[in-house]
Amino acid sequence: MIVKIVSKNFDIKDSHKLEVALKHGRYSSLKKLFSMKPDEVTQEVTKSGLRGKGGGGAPTGEKWKLMPKDHPKPSYLVVNADESEPGTFKDRQIMEFDPHLLIEGIINSSYAINAHSAYIYIRGEYVFWAKRLNEAIKEAYEAGLLGDNVGGFGYKLDVTVHRGAGAYICGEKSALLESLEGKRGHPRLKPQQKEPEWFFGGPTVVNNVETISSVPFIINEGYEAYRAYGTEKSPGTMLFGMSGHINNPGIYELPFGVKMKDVIEQIGGGVKNGKKLKAVIPGGSSCHVLRADEIEDITLDYESLRAHGSSLGTGGMIIMDEDTSMPEVMKNLFEFYHHESCGQCTPCREGCGWVDKILAKILSGNGYKKDYDTILDACDMLNGKTICVFAPSVAFIANSYITKFKDEFYALLKDS
Amino acid sequence: MSSFKFNEENEKKFNELLKRYPNKASLSLPSLWMVQYQEGWISEDAMIYLAEKLDTTPIDIQSIASFYTMFNLKPVGKYHIQVCKTLSCKLCGSQEIRNHLEKRLGIKFGQSTKDMKFTLSEVECLGSCGTAPVMQLNDDYIENLTIEKLDEVLDKL
Repeated sequence: MIVKIVSKNFDIKDSHKLEVALKHGRYSSLKKLFSMKPDEVTQEVTKSGLRGKGGGGAPTGEKWKLMPKDHPKPSYLVVNADESEPGTFKDRQIMEFDPHLLIEGIINSSYAINAHSAYIYIRGEYVFWAKRLNEAIKEAYEAGLLGDNVGGFGYKLDVTVHRGAGAYICGEKSALLESLEGKRGHPRLKPQQKEPEWFFGGPTVVNNVETISSVPFIINEGYEAYRAYGTEKSPGTMLFGMSGHINNPGIYELPFGVKMKDVIEQIGGGVKNGKKLKAVIPGGSSCHVLRADEIEDITLDYESLRAHGSSLGTGGMIIMDEDTSMPEVMKNLFEFYHHESCGQCTPCREGCGWVDKILAKILSGNGYKKDYDTILDACDMLNGKTICVFAPSVAFIANSYITKFKDEFYALLKDS
Repeated sequence: MSSFKFNEENEKKFNELLKRYPNKASLSLPSLWMVQYQEGWISEDAMIYLAEKLDTTPIDIQSIASFYTMFNLKPVGKYHIQVCKTLSCKLCGSQEIRNHLEKRLGIKFGQSTKDMKFTLSEVECLGSCGTAPVMQLNDDYIENLTIEKLDEVLDKL
């Protein structure tokens, strides 16, 4: 089941060092890259069907095509390494074991969108990984792979690592850009029409670490080689994660379209301590929770999960055994959302807190049946009334917990 | 005038970073980090200094510093222990780790020991779910925590 495109060098000793990375194919795409026109690179990526791997799954090539050709201000590439979604720990593997793959991807992508400055916005807690990136970038500069004359091909590119400081919302791309502009990480209003992002008024592409790291393979081997993996609509591979009650937690690169159940049982080694599976959160905590009986025929791709009323998200599965209390799980997640709501929009700032408080009341044994309805009401208040998608996803996941595990909640509630 | 000043190393770093961004404003987060590494926390005095340096107002710097949870707006202990409390860590037993820490250090989460050797904080997902439970000891991750492993680490401090 496991394939190795992005994770190819992960097991090689010292793969983060330039010397080793060069021996194992890193920067080999540059020659071909600079023989192509930028538009051809975008075209190749579009044809590959590469989709954003930070959670949204938007087609990468289409995003790049939105960049204006004749804008007076410079273009920018921003790499989103603000991996903060509970259950997600994939980008750090790339930054730890193959930072030069990311840099190679940045060169590829920057060339396609004509950017001469690229920023890697990394979450503040990832100190070790920021250091590792900085060391790799330093090596690349010294070897002439970054700077005024990238690889001797006459292209100028600067890469800068920018550390966040502990705000989940900065994973949202417009909040990330606000933060990169030195402000509070408040998401921006979304335009009606499709357009690029903007960094100090310059057109900008924001892509996830794994997305950028998938580009060198596509350039090197061609879009058809990438499409050989995965499904028609979800081509390629993804770094899937497993955590929680699972025997072999970790990150595994798999083609899209494999059966979730097989992955949990065969690669994950099944539920810990021989217990039965109760529920799975498929791709980071902001996805609908799935009951064990719902995952029977789910395959790991965007379409299948959507058809089952959830989403693939970041591919970080959280596995829960039969003894897990779902009201407690929901409370735990709502403490997270309550803490991480950026506070810009009232429904989100207040709503997440309300639901958190009601859950605390229910868990302390003082909840009434009407509190259950109040949570449903709060979901209504949260959905569709805010600037970013934080509140709507919170509303949907709250709904999924209390409707799918209604009995468990009701068992804690008094009649009146 | 503020009595805080960047040390030589940070001053140099600041000037290098200036060349990398189209606008000085971008340097607010990197500068706050530099203050925190230099002083251990971010005082109002340092904010006044940064405001001058970044051509903005102290209140602007404060509004930024207070938004991001990792910036310490009051002094913390020599060892800042931050335990992840989010779902995967919880499922893998982070509560026991938290209880043990409180018992062993004799303080609650959100508090520092009197001698300012330790500060205990609980934090949201650290992105280390596959190696849960996890905590940060200052900048370092300590993963796959058990009570024995935790004691071993604390014994050395």
